[in-house]
Amino acid sequence: MIEVDARGLSCPEPVMMTYDALKKNKEVKVLVDEAYQKTNVEKLAREKGYKSSSKNVDNYYEVVITK
Amino acid sequence: MNFTNSKLKLALLGVICGLVAVALAIFGNPANMAFCIACFIRDTAGALGMHQAEVVQYARPEVVGLLVGALLISVGTKEYKSTGGSSPMIRFVLGLCLMIGALIFLGCPLRLVIRMAAGDLNAYVALIGFILGIGTGVIFLRRGFSLGRAHETSKISGGVITILALGILALGAFTTLLKVSEKGPGSMHAPIILSLIGGMIFGAIAQKSRMCFAGSIRDVMLLKNFDLLSIIGGFFVVMLIYNLVTGNFVVGFNTPGIIAHSEHLWNILGMYVVGFAAVLAGGCPLRQVILAGQGSNDSAVTVIGMLVGGAICHNFGLASSGTAINPETKELVKGAVTTNGKIACLICIVALFIIALTCKREEKK
Repeated sequence: MIEVDARGLSCPEPVMMTYDALKKNKEVKVLVDEAYQKTNVEKLAREKGYKSSSKNVDNYYEVVITK
Repeated sequence: MNFTNSKLKLALLGVICGLVAVALAIFGNPANMAFCIACFIRDTAGALGMHQAEVVQYARPEVVGLLVGALLISVGTKEYKSTGGSSPMIRFVLGLCLMIGALIFLGCPLRLVIRMAAGDLNAYVALIGFILGIGTGVIFLRRGFSLGRAHETSKISGGVITILALGILALGAFTTLLKVSEKGPGSMHAPIILSLIGGMIFGAIAQKSRMCFAGSIRDVMLLKNFDLLSIIGGFFVVMLIYNLVTGNFVVGFNTPGIIAHSEHLWNILGMYVVGFAAVLAGGCPLRQVILAGQGSNDSAVTVIGMLVGGAICHNFGLASSGTAINPETKELVKGAVTTNGKIACLICIVALFIIALTCKREEKK
């Protein structure tokens, strides 16, 4: 599964990088380290018709997006 | 509590923020500047003696409230995170640009919306510049612009700006050390406790809703997403109703006393600078204050840049003047942009393009 490491990046980079990754892949794992970025990525997945599940790992979040 | 999954819920949050702004205006804040991040940070710079413009010196508790509100809600929801290291000095320059652009137009994006809701046609003209500036920033984002990654830093570091702001509030409330305007916008303010509480409510809501004026237009351009714009919409409607009911809604380009000018080109360029800088910095002035409150040292540096920018603007005559009635001759004196202000605006545009062209996201090797 392709991994998008968006930890530490400012708005809107995490969402942009996720959006670009979803154009070429059906499944993407996104790493972010702020709760609002996790929310933004989850929302993007929902709006594009994907499912997402998030978990807290150490001091960051992992959002797995699948069709 | 999830507010992100419904435009209606987000619009309602915008309505609450609008009600806070209305309350502050009723209790003493300048009516058409009820809540302006740029003006309030500039006023605070004046209170600290960083500039000598006597009509705009007052340590605005609203800014302290925004920081405290954002800090408290982020700590309460376990979202507080002290981070830093993402090109801080560039962010300082972006803060300078945000303030210079705002004081050329005479308002931050929040005040832009407030002025639009008061019928000030200059704000609608400036909106063109704001959108173009955001559009420019979006082009560079698509080309891979990035200020780099922030990393976690010591927990207390993210709280320093809020602690310092509380210190300023204490000095303002309990000592005579800070300057306080006796005339002009700096002399118009709600009672300290109301300003503080209003700021805290606004800050908490802005943190939870991710409220951002530049972000709202940016997200429409990048992702055709209208969520953030819903919050602004809710806010605009409340301000519009308030202005209509109180007779403050006056359509025109030269309404005296509302602190606005009608030099169309510079209203456009001033807000172009704000829009462009806001996208590069990851958020508008309000968003920078909120992010600073929730632990971002990088946004805190941007806020410091705005504070220093406020001082620079008034020390070097960069800030514009508003259309007013001359009290002696009763003639309308049109507001104007200064020559120094025009030069500074162009320097900011050049600086923003240099930043946009030279900062790229590093590809993983």
